[in-house]
Amino acid sequence: MEIKLNKAQIGMGKEARRFLRKDCPPEFVFEMYSDEKGYTDELWEKMIENDWMAMRVPEKYGGMGMDLLDINIVLEEMGRAVLPGPFFSTVMLAAEAIMEAGSEAQKAHFLAAIADGKLKGTLALSEQDSGGDIAYIQLEARKEGDGYVLNGAKIGVPDVHAVDIIVVAARTQPGDSPEAGITLFVIDAGAAGVSITPVPTMDGSRKLGVVEFDNAKVGKDAVLGEPDQGWNALRRVLRKAQIGLCAECVGGAQRAMEIATDYAKVRVQYDQPIGAFQAVKHRCAEMFVDVESSRSILYYASWAQDNADEKQAEIAASVAKSYCTEAYTRTAGSGIQVLGGTGFTTESEMHLFLKRAKANEFALGDPAFHREQVMRLLT
Amino acid sequence: MDYNFTPEEEKYREEFEAWLLDWLPDDWDPDNQPSYHTNEEAKAAYKNFQKAVFDAGYATVHFPKEYGGKGKSVIEETIILQTIAKYCGTLRAVGTVTHAMATPTILAHGNEEQKTNLIPKILDGTHIWCQGFSEPDAGSDVANISTLAIREGDHYVVNGQKVWTSIGHLADYCMLVVRTDPDSKKHKGLSYLLVDMSLPGIDVRPMTQITGHAEFNEIFFDNAKIPANRLLGNEGEGWKMTITTLMFERVMGDVVMASNFEKTVNGLLAMAGQVKRAGKPVIEDPVIRQKLAQAYIEIQVLKYHGLRNFSGQVDRAGIPGPEGSIGKLLWSEPNQTLTETAIGIQGPAGTATEGPWSVSDGRWQYAFLRSKGNTIEAGTSEIQRNIIGERVLGLPKDSTRQKQS
Repeated sequence: MEIKLNKAQIGMGKEARRFLRKDCPPEFVFEMYSDEKGYTDELWEKMIENDWMAMRVPEKYGGMGMDLLDINIVLEEMGRAVLPGPFFSTVMLAAEAIMEAGSEAQKAHFLAAIADGKLKGTLALSEQDSGGDIAYIQLEARKEGDGYVLNGAKIGVPDVHAVDIIVVAARTQPGDSPEAGITLFVIDAGAAGVSITPVPTMDGSRKLGVVEFDNAKVGKDAVLGEPDQGWNALRRVLRKAQIGLCAECVGGAQRAMEIATDYAKVRVQYDQPIGAFQAVKHRCAEMFVDVESSRSILYYASWAQDNADEKQAEIAASVAKSYCTEAYTRTAGSGIQVLGGTGFTTESEMHLFLKRAKANEFALGDPAFHREQVMRLLT
Repeated sequence: MDYNFTPEEEKYREEFEAWLLDWLPDDWDPDNQPSYHTNEEAKAAYKNFQKAVFDAGYATVHFPKEYGGKGKSVIEETIILQTIAKYCGTLRAVGTVTHAMATPTILAHGNEEQKTNLIPKILDGTHIWCQGFSEPDAGSDVANISTLAIREGDHYVVNGQKVWTSIGHLADYCMLVVRTDPDSKKHKGLSYLLVDMSLPGIDVRPMTQITGHAEFNEIFFDNAKIPANRLLGNEGEGWKMTITTLMFERVMGDVVMASNFEKTVNGLLAMAGQVKRAGKPVIEDPVIRQKLAQAYIEIQVLKYHGLRNFSGQVDRAGIPGPEGSIGKLLWSEPNQTLTETAIGIQGPAGTATEGPWSVSDGRWQYAFLRSKGNTIEAGTSEIQRNIIGERVLGLPKDSTRQKQS
């Protein structure tokens, strides 16, 4: 039994932190809040130079074939920096879906371009009637000849304004449960019948949009994997992406804790640093507990995806997702409280963590959904 | 990164498990053992159990062979403790303080005579130990000890009072923290005495807890004469020995604690499938399902944090420190929540403590009341948070304590 990062992983994390500290400071993140595009080509290009988009892509398609634990180290640093832009959507959503479900031709076509940073993508999953329950998918994909016609709307789609391709989970057989009747499609963002509307959101570092399908026709080559069996692949994609969000959460929570603790050491009131007072000190201690315990469950959940059986991997992902997101929210909220009035203004970066925490909490299944998943898997 | 034990370690587990299951009575039901009561019966059962484990070669295996151990690693010992937790209910509970505190301290700081004479008798179950730390004026302020031990010839004369001494009424020996320098204050001038509880001048009085049981005690020392050869280490080193000794035991304890809690959560889910609300099993209620899931989640986090800590790699936020304090917060508060959830789903039976109209003869009611002690014993939650805030995060002490140090 050995539960620690190896030298290569530690080095990768340090490199990523150094890069992001320089090229993605909090001022930049906040600037992107009011930027329509929400990221810069310049930063994207630098990330390509870091080979970041290639990390998860198998070597056969020009990538580095890293495992989940490895990319989570970089995602943790990205979360610490609250990195704006379509990296997560492209790499952890679109690329993973293609890797899980795509044919050889589709993988070769899409993954190489993603690894090079030339193609951006995302996943359209949730619908207005699903709420936080990501397993409730009703968007219709009606068979027509060889292809399908899509009608309906997907909400909360991350970075959809900035991407080239959208992986869509749609219903090809009537029913309520996702296990039968869901098909994954990969479609062009600019295709006929597809319209994208940005939805302003608290977390300006991860733009969200609505995708409306109005008799959008797609060919059979748009199908990813087996028709009607899409949930099998999708559930594996979702687990890994959920854990990827947990990595972001751990990184952000750690930074929030550091900022709060540093402040508590220098802010003097009543003739002493406020960190001397137990009410403040204990709040900071709670932040530490949240950060470290989140990290512990994150590592296990990452490892379990490749090393435990399917059921254990499912349970681990839902345990981690519900826990790490709520821990991040608590920590960021505490961070604002420790900072006092300053924490409540945009002078401080603390609000960036709170807003990303909430976005991550609600994405890919909210905590209540994941707790229910745990119960279903256990009983 | 690897969460699995090695094949050799798994084989060791199988070997011990096979012996244990063979030794336990045929009608032994691991999942339906009574709650832990510290009485003479429990003491006898423990000694019987510990002797059998020792004779079979499975007692405190990570200790050196010359003192009765097997020279193995903490991993093998953890495997043994996990297996015991899985099957033995509370058979070993009377010995918890003994094994978690007494033996490691004696091993680390005892002289040859003390180690040779005292350790093997612990390993084979002959002696049970208690820990004499807290006093009426020394609770969270642990170093505020005033029990005096004055050297007179070849013994120490001890006068004072200890309180909250778990198992004191059953123990043969006591790890007694005393002040050997009467002019000293706080951490300075403290020493450890290894005290034979049968000596004259030692009076043990049980105290009843809110659970109705008497697990702990007051101990009065009235001119008790303790042989000087039972001083552990040197005079004045008491505090240092306390702080430095317990690391492995604590992290091992967290791992084994998580095993216990996994069983508790399984029991909770099973119970929730039995008790009813509006005619249906409570486990079908969506609100209660959320609470049950949260109990499971918090115990999983405890488990995997314990394993990570055990594996020796907890990130310290750049500051070296005793991050073991997280462990206590990760089990004590979730246990309070989950036991409260447990009684909360029983309806009016939620306060019933025994009999056919109670749920499991009040097992959960005992657990709920007992859990109130979890955030107090072995360092209160407030002290744990102080330790994390000051020693891990580097926040300053408040001004009144700054003046003192």
